[in-house]
Amino acid sequence: MKNEFKVIAELIEKDIKVLDVGCGDGILMEYLKNNKNTNIRGLEISKSKVQECIAKGLTVIEGNAEKDLKQFPDKSFEFVVLSQTLQAFLNPELVINELLRVGKKAIVTIPNFGYWRVRLHLLIKGTMPITKTLPDEWYNTPNIHMCSIKDFFYFAKSRNIKIFKSLAINNQNVSIINDSNLTIKNFFADLGIFLIEK
Amino acid sequence: MNTENNIKTLIVKKPLKLDCGKTINEFPIAYETYGTLNEKKDNAILVFHALTGDQFVTGLNPITKKDGWWSYAVGPDKAIDTKKYFVICANVMGGCMGSFGPSHEDPSTGSAFGTNFPVITINDMVNAQYNLLGHFGIDKLFSIAGGSMGGMQVLQFISNFPDKAKTVIPIACTSSHSAQNIAFNELGRQAIAADSNWKDGDYSSKDTIPNKGLAVARMAAHITYLSKKGLQEKFGRKLQEREDLKFGFDADFQIESYLRYQGSVFVDRFDANSYLYITRAMDYFDLAKQFKGNLSDAFRATRAKFFIISFTSDWLYPTQENKDIVIALNSIGADVGFVEIESDKGHDSFLLDVPDFLSALKNFLDKSYTEN
Repeated sequence: MKNEFKVIAELIEKDIKVLDVGCGDGILMEYLKNNKNTNIRGLEISKSKVQECIAKGLTVIEGNAEKDLKQFPDKSFEFVVLSQTLQAFLNPELVINELLRVGKKAIVTIPNFGYWRVRLHLLIKGTMPITKTLPDEWYNTPNIHMCSIKDFFYFAKSRNIKIFKSLAINNQNVSIINDSNLTIKNFFADLGIFLIEK
Repeated sequence: MNTENNIKTLIVKKPLKLDCGKTINEFPIAYETYGTLNEKKDNAILVFHALTGDQFVTGLNPITKKDGWWSYAVGPDKAIDTKKYFVICANVMGGCMGSFGPSHEDPSTGSAFGTNFPVITINDMVNAQYNLLGHFGIDKLFSIAGGSMGGMQVLQFISNFPDKAKTVIPIACTSSHSAQNIAFNELGRQAIAADSNWKDGDYSSKDTIPNKGLAVARMAAHITYLSKKGLQEKFGRKLQEREDLKFGFDADFQIESYLRYQGSVFVDRFDANSYLYITRAMDYFDLAKQFKGNLSDAFRATRAKFFIISFTSDWLYPTQENKDIVIALNSIGADVGFVEIESDKGHDSFLLDVPDFLSALKNFLDKSYTEN
């Protein structure tokens, strides 16, 4: 399991109800179900990934986060997880609002556009950055709303969203982000993980 | 038709009060089973059939001599694996394969009930079939499953008996018959009524059969089970055993010939009055209305695990109507999974060889059973 999922799993308490939005093939769901006794549900847009989840015995609904989160009542999950998909939505702000309505807390992870390799790629090559976490070309990337760790920080502040914990991941290294090291973490982390609440 | 042989029947002694207000006593429920009920009696699956189905789910249907209607899905090593599970299916009330229906004799007149048979509902059907649990000594079914009208019965069953099934699989169905659904059913009923052999439903004592009307009803309905794309790919404008158009009203096109064939074979196995009664039951189905307009309330008492399946090309019970059930379940935090299967085979997809559907069904059942 990738490091990002290990970090997310660490943030989630045992025996609670969790919704994984954009759950993919259900790797995180399966881990939470088996190791944290989580009552876990998933929402996934890809039919083939939904099939993979069913084959793993996971409860998943085929659907689109921008349209289908509506059906869940307010605060019906302790945690809602959104892993590396925020940047792919037409309206990320709406999705964040929905996550925070449906979940008591939300865990959002973003590929960091402020990462030094991303900056360097654009600076030196002058073309849209391609990295391990951002592997697609500009013309076929699903990522239409890229942001940096710093952007997400400022966004949360401006919307009165509480950031309980924010973590920077660079390869295997996980470190805490705070107001004083924000600029440095925004440079060296390729992934940001935020535990938020409204 | 002689249907006495090869038909297992449970005579229900307990009186059943129908939605129409009448009470019936000592009525027959015809059923079939596949596989073996295990010692713990925790491997039973109750399958509900659709409008024109019957209890002969798989293998050779002893009456029609054709494959059972769900042979693709049910059988040894299939999605509903009869090596593992004990499958029960009953002919619905109002049907014509041995269960209490309009072709049965009315003791007060000595001839068939015909249209004197009480109007029955989906609710009446599942209440009647519930007696099979007692008959087999099953406290809780492992699963209930069905497509189309079978799916409606699944929804009604779990609503009526919330702790009697562990898993619930409504397929290609709706919680409430739409105006379009009712319209197509009415077309079929009117075709039957327009046949002079129908005799206001009293054809059996007049020794006639409204075959033409029933065949037209089947032809119209059959179109609704297929998709435009599927029809176009299979038939297009291909001509039927001729080089050119004949400038007449014979079946010039293959699609015409196909529909006529579908109509003609249907009348051999189905009763016209049963067609009226069962389509009526479907039209009356509105589960939310039974709960003052709140569909979620229909499922509030159950802890069962739901898996809802729809098909992309099904325009009779489209994905959105299946999703409405998912939404109602999610709004009360029920355990519900949902997938829309890609298929151009229309509403009939659930009866056909659609590998993505069959594997989803199998995976859901087998995984849920091991977690039992």
